[in-house]
Amino acid sequence: MPVAMTYTMGIGSFFTIMLSMVLVSNFVLSRFLGLCPFIGVTKRTDSAVGMGMAVTFVMTLASSVTWVVYHYVLLPQSESGFNVFAGIIGSDTSLVSVLKTVSYILVIATLVQLVELVMRKTVPALYQALGIYLPLITTNCAVLGVALLNTTDTPEVLTFWAATIQGFFGGVGFMVVMILMSGVRERLEVMPVPEAMKGVPIAFICTALMALAFTGFGGVIG
Amino acid sequence: MPEFVRQLVRSRRGRHERAAVWVLRELVRGAIKENPTFVLVLGLCPTLAVTVSVVNGFWMAVAATGVLISSNVIISGLRKFIPKEIRIPCFVIVIAGFVTITEMLMKAYLSDQINNALGIFIPLIVVNCIIFGRAEAYAYSHTVAESLVDGVGTGFGFMMALMLISGVRELTGSGTILGLKVWPSYRPAYIMVMAPGAFLVIGLFLGMFRALGARVAARRAVVSYEAPVTSKDAKAEG
Repeated sequence: MPVAMTYTMGIGSFFTIMLSMVLVSNFVLSRFLGLCPFIGVTKRTDSAVGMGMAVTFVMTLASSVTWVVYHYVLLPQSESGFNVFAGIIGSDTSLVSVLKTVSYILVIATLVQLVELVMRKTVPALYQALGIYLPLITTNCAVLGVALLNTTDTPEVLTFWAATIQGFFGGVGFMVVMILMSGVRERLEVMPVPEAMKGVPIAFICTALMALAFTGFGGVIG
Repeated sequence: MPEFVRQLVRSRRGRHERAAVWVLRELVRGAIKENPTFVLVLGLCPTLAVTVSVVNGFWMAVAATGVLISSNVIISGLRKFIPKEIRIPCFVIVIAGFVTITEMLMKAYLSDQINNALGIFIPLIVVNCIIFGRAEAYAYSHTVAESLVDGVGTGFGFMMALMLISGVRELTGSGTILGLKVWPSYRPAYIMVMAPGAFLVIGLFLGMFRALGARVAARRAVVSYEAPVTSKDAKAEG
């Protein structure tokens, strides 16, 4: 085993990951990931909740699956000297740098198809509500972003459980902000906003204020 | 559309002129009429994340435009061979391939500072809605040459948007342009290079573009209404 999968995580680091992913470095408000659904699906609270839940689910699954792909397929091959263009260009053409992006996006696309199938069979009402937005999770940068962040190995190599929990709470943070924003936007509908600022522009101004508030969480973990 | 472009379109022209007009039109369309950022509001994640300084914004735009043009060309070239049912996975593979190439090229030829600043947003070009949008809406149904020019135009619009946003953010947030201090006594508003500043700037730009668009549309409506009653020149203009 390259990295101990049986490593038991301390309760302290669990809370650190939770606070950091939900509040301090929130995916939407401080990392700028997943902005398309954040603007597109926050007009009503119920669809925001549905989208948030779907993204959380896919992000958790994607984090664990891409962690396994990275540590058990890509890394061992790279370390054993497998080199796609060995001797043609440079040395950094290992499997990790060549196949990381491609393999992750394929894994995520497959997962989204699976979630779509399961949701259509089990929760048809939710499937109706989310409609065209579900396939869009494939092109949600938050999902691919969390997979890439989990396996950049800086500042430290994450364990399997740390990666999974990071994915889960990344999704929770995304959902929290989606719900907050949908509440704000439902109120904005009845506000006297200048004609040119109606809709998306004023939503971004509100996001700026929300992000400003969230920077205050910066001191929560040292 | 600027007056000189309008004249070029109307004039009798040869092959080269026609090509030049076409490219110019596409550039205007990408930059103003269908600007991917300000009008279509697509691909916002990299737009907001890397526009802390003009240099970062420039390299991000170069990377995205490179991937956009090459994937447009390849997808339009292969459009007869890609079955309709599985076109999305095919687009993903083509785009992911070019993103990997771009990523490796940037690691090889650009400084570590820029690579660290762009970080995961280079591999994330793979899920950029602008590139997907052009592949699906344009490249899959047009010829290679048309898709190439379309990629150039859209990429130009993305570049312009990134330059504008990063220019404003760098000027107000660090008091510099391209790393050079603009005026010494200015105390930079640090918030503009942090996350809230990015949202504020894009919100204001979107509002501004919409207000300008409404104004232009109103003026055009007046011109076309008045055209028949004024003179022959006005008719030609309309």
